[in-house]
Amino acid sequence: MIADDALPRVLHGASGRPLTLVQHGEAFGPFGPTPSLDELEASGLTGHGGAGFPTWRKAKLIRDQRGHAKFVVVNAMEGEPAAHKDRTLLGANPHLVLDGAEYLADVVGASRIAVCVSRDNPATINHLQRAIHERGRRNRRRTIIELHTPPWRYVAGEESALVHWLDDNESLPQYRPLRPHVLRIGNAPTLVDNAETCAHVGLIARYGASWFRRLGTESSPGSALVSISGAVSRPCVLEVAFATPLRTILARAGADPDPRAVLLGGYGGTWLDAKHLDTPYENEALAPLGASVGAGVIIVLPKSGCGVVETQRITRWMANESARQCGPCAFGLPALAEDLARLAYDARDATAAYARLLDRCDAIEGRGACRHPDGVVRLVRSALETFADHVHDHARGLRCAASHSARHVTAVPSLERETELVWE
Amino acid sequence: MGVKRADGFVLLVNPIACDGYGHCAELAPDLVRLDEWGYPVLRREPVALADLAARDSARYAVRGCPRQALRIERVATGR
Repeated sequence: MIADDALPRVLHGASGRPLTLVQHGEAFGPFGPTPSLDELEASGLTGHGGAGFPTWRKAKLIRDQRGHAKFVVVNAMEGEPAAHKDRTLLGANPHLVLDGAEYLADVVGASRIAVCVSRDNPATINHLQRAIHERGRRNRRRTIIELHTPPWRYVAGEESALVHWLDDNESLPQYRPLRPHVLRIGNAPTLVDNAETCAHVGLIARYGASWFRRLGTESSPGSALVSISGAVSRPCVLEVAFATPLRTILARAGADPDPRAVLLGGYGGTWLDAKHLDTPYENEALAPLGASVGAGVIIVLPKSGCGVVETQRITRWMANESARQCGPCAFGLPALAEDLARLAYDARDATAAYARLLDRCDAIEGRGACRHPDGVVRLVRSALETFADHVHDHARGLRCAASHSARHVTAVPSLERETELVWE
Repeated sequence: MGVKRADGFVLLVNPIACDGYGHCAELAPDLVRLDEWGYPVLRREPVALADLAARDSARYAVRGCPRQALRIERVATGR
């Protein structure tokens, strides 16, 4: 049993090696009865994959579908290069995630669970194989748990792309005109939840909704995993209670005490000026600033860094990660990256590039089948706003020192050639 | 509050199917314009079903799309 307001919760008992099933039982107590949907609703748990959608509403949608062959998909793809929370969680408490998935399977009436980890992540695959094997002997629910390893692509972890891969071996997002949309593998209604969300379900099932609400706020109860990188002395994954001030979280990671800005949410997130660092880390407080906790990523930009250069690097990579299915994304994101490159590095063309950027953001937003282009637009717009003064310097042709340097705080992966991108 | 009867429509595009042929912008210039890459930007606010000329051009656009990426969705405008 974990004390009411003790942290960590989902990382409880983490020892550097994944807990075995026996150790897991000792750390968290016995498997409780399946929570009702009402319990999930009362807990107020929202998804930890990025969108922050209420978990009970997704579960209800799938529960209310006909058919008894249903799927629960545990999404541990972690396409965000700056995110490490899912692999940290699965490397510590894989059984808590699987518990949560089994509970969710019971709630919606699913008979199969598919755990998805990208194939570039062999350590996590190993931990999961071992954990699934261990449970096989004492799986009292007879739920089939399968491990799947789709290719690592940024959009492969998007839920419709993940279901598409499970259904048809292609990690490409699907067109969903009506929302909410019920995703299906074959004909089976499919519930997709992030691995961390499942772990929280595993705790709610054991300790109840009121225990869960002892941390956090009314609208963002509980705790969250945060991956912190950039200008920090200890890049790490921390578990924090929602509504902890950003400054406190950064201090725990040994961040630069006087940064210029932080990138919140991930590569499709928002830049937040350092003057907002006393804001509580939860969506309701961040929403007026145009930000959200997203996938739990914080990247710290020091005073010496350049927001335009970092945004350009991220945008260029994100453009390359487009699935190239929708025109506005396939052509628009490279155009944004090109404009940003002009703005950052090309003093002669910077003014024109700056003028084009905002129009192109407007032209792209909301026109993809998935939210990938919208995330990039959000990133670019927030950069233009947060670094407004600095952007104007660039636009007037004054390149900063950081744009001449090869040192960057964002660890953007190297670009793969278009022909080498693997989607299946 | 009852279910409102549809009294308007919007044109919707499947962006995955769309290959940017641009026929829709020719056939329904009031509802569709093309962006700088040649892909359609659709008018978002609903058009009254009573607007027969707009309905006709929307139908032409749907039928004229080589990729069959367009469709007409009836909506209640709530007026």
